[in-house]
Amino acid sequence: MAAAMVSKSPTDTGLRATARCLTEPWPIRLALILGTVLFLGLFLVLPLAAVFTQALAKGWGVYWAALCQADTLSSIWLTLLTTAICVPLGTLFGLTAAWCLGKFDFRGRKLLLAMLDLPLSVSPVVVGLMFVLVLGRHGWLGGWLESHGIKVIFAVPGVVLVTLFVTAPYVARELIPLMQAQGTEAEEAALVLGANGWQTFWQVTLPQVKWGLLYGIILCNARAMGEFGAVSVVSGHIRGKTNTMPLQVEILYNEYDFVGAFAVASVLAGLALITLVLKTILESKAARQIALAQARGQKMTETGTPEQASVVYGDPTSAPMRKRIVLSGDRIHEH
Amino acid sequence: MVPLSRARQQVLPGFGLTLGLTLLYWSVLVFLPVAALVVQAAGIPWHQFVQTMAEPRVLAALGLSFGGSALAAGLDTIFGFWVAWVLVRYRFAGKRLLDALIDLPFALPTAVSGIALTSLYSRHGWVGQWLEPLGIEVAYSRLGVIMALMFIGLPFVVRTLQPALEALDPELEEAAACLGAGRWATLWRVILPTLGPALLTGFSLAFARAVGEYGTIVFISGNLPGKTEIAPLLIVVKLEQYDYAGAAAIAGVMLAAALLVLTIIHRLQSSYSFLRG
Amino acid sequence: MSIEVRHISKTFGRFRVLRDVSLRVETGELVALLGPSGSGKTTLLRIIAGLEQPDPGSGPILFHDEDVADQRVGERRVGFVFQHYALFRHMTVFENVAFGLRVRPRRLRPSPTEIQQKVEKLLHLVQLDFLADRYPQQLSGGQRQRVALARALAMEPKVLLLDEPFGSLDARVRQELRSWLRRLHDEIRLTSLFVTHDQEEALELADRVVVMNEGKIEQIGTPDEVFHHPRTEFVACFLGQVNRFSGRLEQGKVHFASLEWEAPECALLESCPVHVFVRPHDLQVAVEPNGQPALGARVEYIHAAGPRVRLELRADTGQKLVAEITQEQYRTEQLTVGSRVFLSPQNIKVFPTQAED
Repeated sequence: MAAAMVSKSPTDTGLRATARCLTEPWPIRLALILGTVLFLGLFLVLPLAAVFTQALAKGWGVYWAALCQADTLSSIWLTLLTTAICVPLGTLFGLTAAWCLGKFDFRGRKLLLAMLDLPLSVSPVVVGLMFVLVLGRHGWLGGWLESHGIKVIFAVPGVVLVTLFVTAPYVARELIPLMQAQGTEAEEAALVLGANGWQTFWQVTLPQVKWGLLYGIILCNARAMGEFGAVSVVSGHIRGKTNTMPLQVEILYNEYDFVGAFAVASVLAGLALITLVLKTILESKAARQIALAQARGQKMTETGTPEQASVVYGDPTSAPMRKRIVLSGDRIHEH
Repeated sequence: MVPLSRARQQVLPGFGLTLGLTLLYWSVLVFLPVAALVVQAAGIPWHQFVQTMAEPRVLAALGLSFGGSALAAGLDTIFGFWVAWVLVRYRFAGKRLLDALIDLPFALPTAVSGIALTSLYSRHGWVGQWLEPLGIEVAYSRLGVIMALMFIGLPFVVRTLQPALEALDPELEEAAACLGAGRWATLWRVILPTLGPALLTGFSLAFARAVGEYGTIVFISGNLPGKTEIAPLLIVVKLEQYDYAGAAAIAGVMLAAALLVLTIIHRLQSSYSFLRG
Repeated sequence: MSIEVRHISKTFGRFRVLRDVSLRVETGELVALLGPSGSGKTTLLRIIAGLEQPDPGSGPILFHDEDVADQRVGERRVGFVFQHYALFRHMTVFENVAFGLRVRPRRLRPSPTEIQQKVEKLLHLVQLDFLADRYPQQLSGGQRQRVALARALAMEPKVLLLDEPFGSLDARVRQELRSWLRRLHDEIRLTSLFVTHDQEEALELADRVVVMNEGKIEQIGTPDEVFHHPRTEFVACFLGQVNRFSGRLEQGKVHFASLEWEAPECALLESCPVHVFVRPHDLQVAVEPNGQPALGARVEYIHAAGPRVRLELRADTGQKLVAEITQEQYRTEQLTVGSRVFLSPQNIKVFPTQAED
């Protein structure tokens, strides 16, 4: 029922806008729409099409053979390994961070929230450099690591570490505004009813944020698989050993093996498309969770309880937020 | 009425545990490397720092990174507003698809978009072959760099503007119309000023992303020192030459810039959520 | 099971929400905590539930004379109905009500059949058996309210605490639920404490009313007591409309607005400035002076739609006053806007003015 209400709202605004003659004359509208379609087509779709066309330029056989090269396969394996480590850790971290930052208030919370975005604002290359400065041969821990025979930089652990760095915030960023918007009333209710902390978390908190969580995981996964700059600095580009898929793309491309490069790229592009589809689906579901929480939050503010999410992100890494704002108006009712 | 916040601390369990884990993870993974860079950069003697920065090659790279990013973010703001306007205000077939596509530059690994753009705009590419006779060279030129920076920054602007446009109260425009303003006047005097913070936020996000971008650019720029070389690439070059001090100096400047932009964005966003009420 | 709290204080930062509050609720009573927002009533309720900790140095919290102050919220076995119900959105009505039983440690947990029977019984009690499979979003406000109540009752609480139970409902549903809750309470006789800012609700529903203001208890008494015999100026003002006059107490007599009034209850006080309160229905309205000390006034507005007629008046002293008369009197005396009338107060309440006024 609530769902029906949510999906109805855009139509409402559309009808309203046209009904009240507050829009542009149709030739202008048409021109603007066509312009957008053309612009996005040229700007976004064409590169994507180029990837697949180039990959298949010499037919499926060559494409398949390119993917099955030993080095390429090992780069796929390394990417999968990195992702398998980074996504669960990022999720775990996201959950702990969201619990303490989304459900509690304490001194220094704002600062921590701001710091959470740091890995996303620093250039990937700078990230790589930072790790070299800590773990490289001349770095803080480099000597100690070397004397113990542990190789981190220009080896797989380095690749995993920088990927952990750049993927760390995604889940937390999705969950914190969501948990904050939902407040603590449901958890308090569970505790009053005799549930312990774990039961409250698993049975009450988690189901309420599951779409947001999944959404964060998808973004985290996309970044983990696609990271290039940071990984490039620390990997050492050792073929068949420390190359991830994006690095393999670079190597093959620089060797003028275009079919090989675009073949690997097409796999990554395919993953990106899947990400987009999942993102679009999850986005609306997560937005609904937020909208519900917001509708409730609004009622609360009306009655004087200060309970509203203060974090507003406006970038693609956090798209449910944008829907949240739309739905938080008077157009959604829980009844 | 009553600040719920403090009450939570006492009743909901797990605050200490989760805060501890969060801080531990964050310190080891994020603060330690950042500190290493800060210490390294701060340890460079001043004259050496100035010397590094004054190298024509470094100046050119920083200039291109910051100037090109600002230009690209500015263009993104213009085109992004247009796209956001169409996606929010009009209804047409394929709108949902288009809307989903906006995030493509964000979802596509940078290396992939890098080689894709390069192959498109190079001399024999689908687009490049039409531009070449006109004397326009995109790939391996500054134009290509800016193009690629625009590509990766666009979703940030659109995704910031969409909610702001959607939240725009229709009554505002109705009031303007009632007061006799035309659509054009309404756009300039009512809509754009109201969207000001959102436009600035979008610009800052696109700019921040562009300044640090590496993967997309290395392919299309051709990496000519002093001409199409960007700062992140220069860091890589310095690293390959084992010039840690030089790399750290440039990285320090970029980190400072990133922190500055981050602060601005947070300020903007809080003012903007405040404006929204 | 009685509830008793002694000397409870609570501070949030620099803000003192509760100042040395003591209260006892007897077994089976239905008591209202009444006060404006910010009076600390919700905080007191949450402290009793264990959702907040009182400041160190506060006295005990006793359930049936057993101190529960050190028990965690889940161990206290209180039924708590939240202002916005806090129903779990991802669970059906049935699952919501069963939650408190299902999260018990295994050895204390009833069998699935027992849980089934118990939940069905409770849903029947709150007249919602037909909605067991719905989700909270699919219910009306009043239905959600009853689900929240059933969920609280499922864990067999020792006491029931309700935070603004009708706060987010519209007026008509509120009225229905109010009498329903009263009947339910008479049926199950569970010691209950509810928070409200609506004086009508408190007076109609509760056995006793605790009036709170600025973190202190102003008065505890039956609805009749607090309404007719307010002990403080605040209580007089908060419960229903009043006309307030400034006056002076001298030798057992109150002088206000050119009137003189015997005030036997103040006989022992020295002369001092006072405030005099008269409820609108205690201002007798007459068209001609009838010998009683009276105050001349002019009718400014008449609100005749309702069981009684409300008159807004401007006294000769310039003060605005409100009086209530019956429809019958209104018709026989043919009052119109501008009519001159004489007002004689019937029941006055006199409170010495605080020094700072």
